[in-house]
Amino acid sequence: MGMTTELTDYMGFQALLTAEEKLVRSTARKFVNEEVLPIIDRHAQTETFPAHLIPMMGDLGFYGPNLPEKYGCAGLSNVAYGLLMYELERGDSALRSFASVQGALVMYPIYTYGSDAQKEHWLPRMAAGKAIGCFGLTEPDFGSNPGGMRTQAVREAGGKWRINGSKMWITNGSIADVAVVWAKTADGIRGFLVEKGAPGFTAPQMKGKWSLRASVTSELIFEDVRVDEETGMLPNARGLKGPLSCLTQARYGIAWGALGAADACYQTALEYALNRIQFDKPIASYQLQQRKLAEMVTEITKGQLLALHLGRLKDQGTCTFDQVSMAKMNNVNIALEVARSARTMLGANGIMGEYPIMRHANNLESVYTYEGTHDMHTLIIGEKVTGISAFR
Amino acid sequence: MKILVAIKPVPNPDEKVKIRPDGSGIVLDNIKMVINPFCEIAVEEALRIKEKQGGEVVILTVGPKEGEQQVRTALAMGADRAIQVEAEKGLDSLAVAKFLAKVVEQEKPDLVILGKQAVDDDNNQVGQILAALLSWPQATFASKIEFLDGNKKAHVGRETDGGIETIEVPLPCVVTTDLRLNEPRYASLPGIMKAKKKELKVIPSASLGVDAAPKVKVLSLASPKERAGGRKVADVAELVAKLKNEAKVL
Repeated sequence: MGMTTELTDYMGFQALLTAEEKLVRSTARKFVNEEVLPIIDRHAQTETFPAHLIPMMGDLGFYGPNLPEKYGCAGLSNVAYGLLMYELERGDSALRSFASVQGALVMYPIYTYGSDAQKEHWLPRMAAGKAIGCFGLTEPDFGSNPGGMRTQAVREAGGKWRINGSKMWITNGSIADVAVVWAKTADGIRGFLVEKGAPGFTAPQMKGKWSLRASVTSELIFEDVRVDEETGMLPNARGLKGPLSCLTQARYGIAWGALGAADACYQTALEYALNRIQFDKPIASYQLQQRKLAEMVTEITKGQLLALHLGRLKDQGTCTFDQVSMAKMNNVNIALEVARSARTMLGANGIMGEYPIMRHANNLESVYTYEGTHDMHTLIIGEKVTGISAFR
Repeated sequence: MKILVAIKPVPNPDEKVKIRPDGSGIVLDNIKMVINPFCEIAVEEALRIKEKQGGEVVILTVGPKEGEQQVRTALAMGADRAIQVEAEKGLDSLAVAKFLAKVVEQEKPDLVILGKQAVDDDNNQVGQILAALLSWPQATFASKIEFLDGNKKAHVGRETDGGIETIEVPLPCVVTTDLRLNEPRYASLPGIMKAKKKELKVIPSASLGVDAAPKVKVLSLASPKERAGGRKVADVAELVAKLKNEAKVL
């Protein structure tokens, strides 16, 4: 697409990557260029998910690639995983969201909190894209405060659990084969695996979004849904820590992904500004436009270095959730600013589907408040530096 | 079947390249190198043959150490192992073919597949010269390859101006690939991780006893002239007049 075919690299960021990390990014970039960019606008316009990409991404190992090889995963570094998210979201946040949910929010908890039998049953199929997962934590009345959830699971005789309640804003909900569902029990919050078609379980799709239009968003409704304790409950997750640890994984990917969307907007604006002639000169030669481009590329560069450093910490096993909060908060925020600024440079063209900018800008409006709102991440950082929680 | 695939790293053809001010070459800073697209087709074909009938796919490249990245990509696509003849940049086709021939003599493959040409220099020579050096049959510009009689011979469809010409060659032979032979796969993420553990043997070029002195010298490179804008003509008569008097092509 145009003259800029490589990711924006102002500070030699790519020289800091290993050979495998570079290869992973090349594969992901090629896939996005060839399979996603030509079709994604049509899907966003018609509010449909490009489901034909699900098995292709599975074949390429895009789901849970940082999990071990014994479950059919690639065993990548967290940085390589981040680069994959960057490239996928350069295509569209919907694709990155799909892969984030599948890998970080479903495969990760099954891997971390599941029994051996649950891991062996689900992980290889999910890695291949033969089973799709969704993650049910948020409820209509409990977003930033998931601990207040009303969904309940009650233990019954015969090793069964009965689940009642509802979840909302669930990515992949209507197309999922299995839902990781968090519910209150007498023993605190526990995680359950509810399979598609379980009696009493429905997952109607929420239509009419003006953001993430190429992504499936659903409600999950549980009316006396019964699951077997052995196959349907994650034995090793207790309390809110379980779901929150999953969110840390997903937020890490978002901190990278948002940069991909920002990069697509920046490169589009740069190319446009160099070719768009007004008053006999390319608009790129005017100071106001140069300032916008300089600010965009500066923020993207800072974001890349932040994400890369965070990834290295994560690979060492020392990264903390509040550090992930900083990267998610900052990178999504700057991505949204970049998208809006890029939109102004394209004028009316900026609102058209022919260019990716408005689609990214609209997507990022959701990304800004999902997986922990921008404001909540701000308060997590505030709590970290002051020792005082502003929300509890 | 044991298949040797020779590949060449080239500047990403999707990027705009610039010629150095002194005309001695192109600016390679910040240009991503990739496997030459025709070579990638050769790798894919070798993998498909192996998947169908078993055997081994060995990647071979001649050039500076940086080419390792493209070799790893081919291994990540599924090749079994690789050999890199570490040599200076800018060898001519004859020198490359001589190095390839040495490795072919050591490895004794049943088939050597190469891209028909590299998209950087567009020489379209290495496959042909290699076949000549080895005294092997060659089938160039392949758009279809079929093996017969227990791999004793191959039928190769060749893209010519007049259509597809099918020729029969006995094995071992050299095949060069055309664009429509196949669509190369992506290197999968698990494939990339597996490639890390695959053997990459480095042979210093000096150890092969090859006279690699260039027989071809690039004197200079220049960009094509910028296209001037077109003009509209009112009618056929004016067009013919301009073609006659201005363009002087009639």
